[in-house]
Amino acid sequence: MPLRSLFNLSFRYKIPLWGSVLIVTTAVITSTALFLHSYDDVKRDMLRNATSQGQILAKTLVPVLLQDHVWQAYEIINAPLHGATRENAIQADTLLVLDAQRQVYVSTRPRRLPMLADFARRSGEYALVAASIAKMGDETSVISPVASDYLYVATPIMDEQTRLGTLIQIYSKKILWPRFIASAGQLSWVVLLVLAVLLPINWYWGQRTAMPLLRLTERMEQLGHGLPDELPAKIYDYEDELGRLFQAYNRTLQQLREKALIEGEIIHSERLVAIGRLAAGIAHEINNPLLGMLTSINTLRHHGAPDARTSKTLTLLERGLTQITETVAALLVEAKVNSRDFAPQDIDDVQTLIAPQANKRRVTVVWTAGLSEPVPLPSTLVRQVMINLILNAVQASEEGGGVEAAVALSGAVLLFEVVNGGRSLSDSQTEHLFEPFTNAGENGRGLGLWVCYQIVKQLGGAIAVDSTMAAGAGRTRFEVTLPFAAR
Amino acid sequence: MTTRRLFLGACAGLALAPALAAMPRRPVRVGLTPVFLGDQHGLLADWRAYMEAKLQQPVVFVQRDSYRETMDLLRLEQIDFAWICDYPFVYLRKQVRLLAVPRFKGRPYYRAYLIVPARRLDVTSLLDLRNKIFAYADPYSNTGYLAPRYQLRQLGEDPGKFFKRTFFTYSHHSLIEAVADGLADGGSVDSYVWDALSKIRADITGRTRIVSQSPEYGFPPFVANHAVSAESFQSMQKMLLTMADDGAGKVLLERLDLDGFVVGDARNYQLVARMMREFGEE
Repeated sequence: MPLRSLFNLSFRYKIPLWGSVLIVTTAVITSTALFLHSYDDVKRDMLRNATSQGQILAKTLVPVLLQDHVWQAYEIINAPLHGATRENAIQADTLLVLDAQRQVYVSTRPRRLPMLADFARRSGEYALVAASIAKMGDETSVISPVASDYLYVATPIMDEQTRLGTLIQIYSKKILWPRFIASAGQLSWVVLLVLAVLLPINWYWGQRTAMPLLRLTERMEQLGHGLPDELPAKIYDYEDELGRLFQAYNRTLQQLREKALIEGEIIHSERLVAIGRLAAGIAHEINNPLLGMLTSINTLRHHGAPDARTSKTLTLLERGLTQITETVAALLVEAKVNSRDFAPQDIDDVQTLIAPQANKRRVTVVWTAGLSEPVPLPSTLVRQVMINLILNAVQASEEGGGVEAAVALSGAVLLFEVVNGGRSLSDSQTEHLFEPFTNAGENGRGLGLWVCYQIVKQLGGAIAVDSTMAAGAGRTRFEVTLPFAAR
Repeated sequence: MTTRRLFLGACAGLALAPALAAMPRRPVRVGLTPVFLGDQHGLLADWRAYMEAKLQQPVVFVQRDSYRETMDLLRLEQIDFAWICDYPFVYLRKQVRLLAVPRFKGRPYYRAYLIVPARRLDVTSLLDLRNKIFAYADPYSNTGYLAPRYQLRQLGEDPGKFFKRTFFTYSHHSLIEAVADGLADGGSVDSYVWDALSKIRADITGRTRIVSQSPEYGFPPFVANHAVSAESFQSMQKMLLTMADDGAGKVLLERLDLDGFVVGDARNYQLVARMMREFGEE
């Protein structure tokens, strides 16, 4: 259905199209009305002129008829036919004077309407006109026979109460056209000018209304496949329904984003919890047989009198098992240790401990320590977190780079922040950052951050990472918040 | 016509202003009738200036709509001289004196032309215009009224009933137009006027056709009323008779389509007098 396909058009075309159709329709109707009015005006104008001209001529003709001066009458009725210009193009086609018997007294076209001719008998149309003249009163009357190309303006020639005759001015309706076309031409220009102004405005306005809708539709269609972009406010920042729709869309999108973020975080932390639990379970399961094996090796070494070759083997076994023990111990972060409170002195210790590593890589560590008295947090664990994060930062920095470390108190929360340059973290790195063995490299087993995470979680705190790349330089920032119960 | 008179009056006033001081005498009043192409304003102004220079006296042209009015002015001595048709001359013979007669085509005679619209090829004589519309020039015109009526009478017709309708145009020029436009089916016109008009407005005369010509009549003369002094009569007569002898006069005569003036002979008008007698006038 073509009509349906018209309605299926994009708003982008439909709104301007409808607007254009309305504007053009209005222009056509209005101008048609004005054209008709203008034609009437021209006609009325002509009749008014004809009437006044007829009255003047009729008055002038009175003495002429009384004295029977045919030639003078001929000159009088010919006068209006001379001196026509383009401006007063509305001129009678023929003028004639009928006598009281409605015979032609004189006419401007003597060949067609000779003197003494019976007017009514010259043509059917003239008969109708003659009949109207017979009935008319003392006033000028306009006779417009049906389907005739001519208008007849009849003015009685009155001497006091006596009717001497009738002056008839015959106008061709065709002469109205040049005048009408002249005024219609002006009108057309005005209409075209109005259209030339309105149509582009309408088109612009239609686009302006449709474009936000199109953008909104595109985004709504993307919703099923992921989270689309927000709608820039500048597309449409008004408070009408469309504007409110935009705001609602942006609000919904924001909520969906937050929800997705929260879901991501929940999944992440749940995974870490699961890994932790798994690691703890495995560690416990491994620890018991390990201890048994180490005890057995010890017993064999002291009571089995092994030869030199066996002793060497036992040493290898013992070393391997000890390494397993240490790894398991590292996995199994045990926060429930009795330890003294974390004090400013501990920060100095940490500085001292990391100095050799930093010097080795010629990395400068800049400290901002805002701690003046001990806080009730286990110093061993906090120190370990700090050392792990700073060493990681030193490793991640380029040689000769810098690391910033800051400790601060905010109410009952200890804040610790480490920032380093070097390469930023990739998304997948961030995703699995705190999982064990994921960051295993040349300088460790990849348990440092896992340990930090476990410690912080067990202390009821939070650890967050934020890694960005800007102007060719990476900036990775770890932030640890550790709440403590104020004494 | 009223406008024409006013216009001439204005011209006269303008031209007179500087000349009056040098010409203290009362102006010579000259009556003009439409026996010639009277509506050439430039020609009349020049002719008047010429007369003033020659007569050393202001000249006023007095024009009227009909011959009758000019005749009355002559009778009442309101004008000194007049150029009138031969019919009024014979009519007023006892009250006026013959002053001079123009020479037209070398002789002091002219004729009446019977004219019809050019396309009316069926008309070959006056008799073909029976029961038609006929235009006369003036009731006191010879060629424009008396001559055709006389001809009808000679043919045994009653001029009062022969035509369906007649009307007066009060000028030969208008009569030619009336026939050219087809307002009248025919008319009788002064040959001098028709010939003169054919030289300047062939578009009008071209729409008419000369069907027949009348015998010769004495040309419309210049006359003086009886009260005019002998001195004035002579100077005016001399002025007219010598027009053809000087350059400016010759130019004016050419424009008037005339050859000059002669003293004239009242016997030349006997035919008109006979025609008038036929209608019981004189």
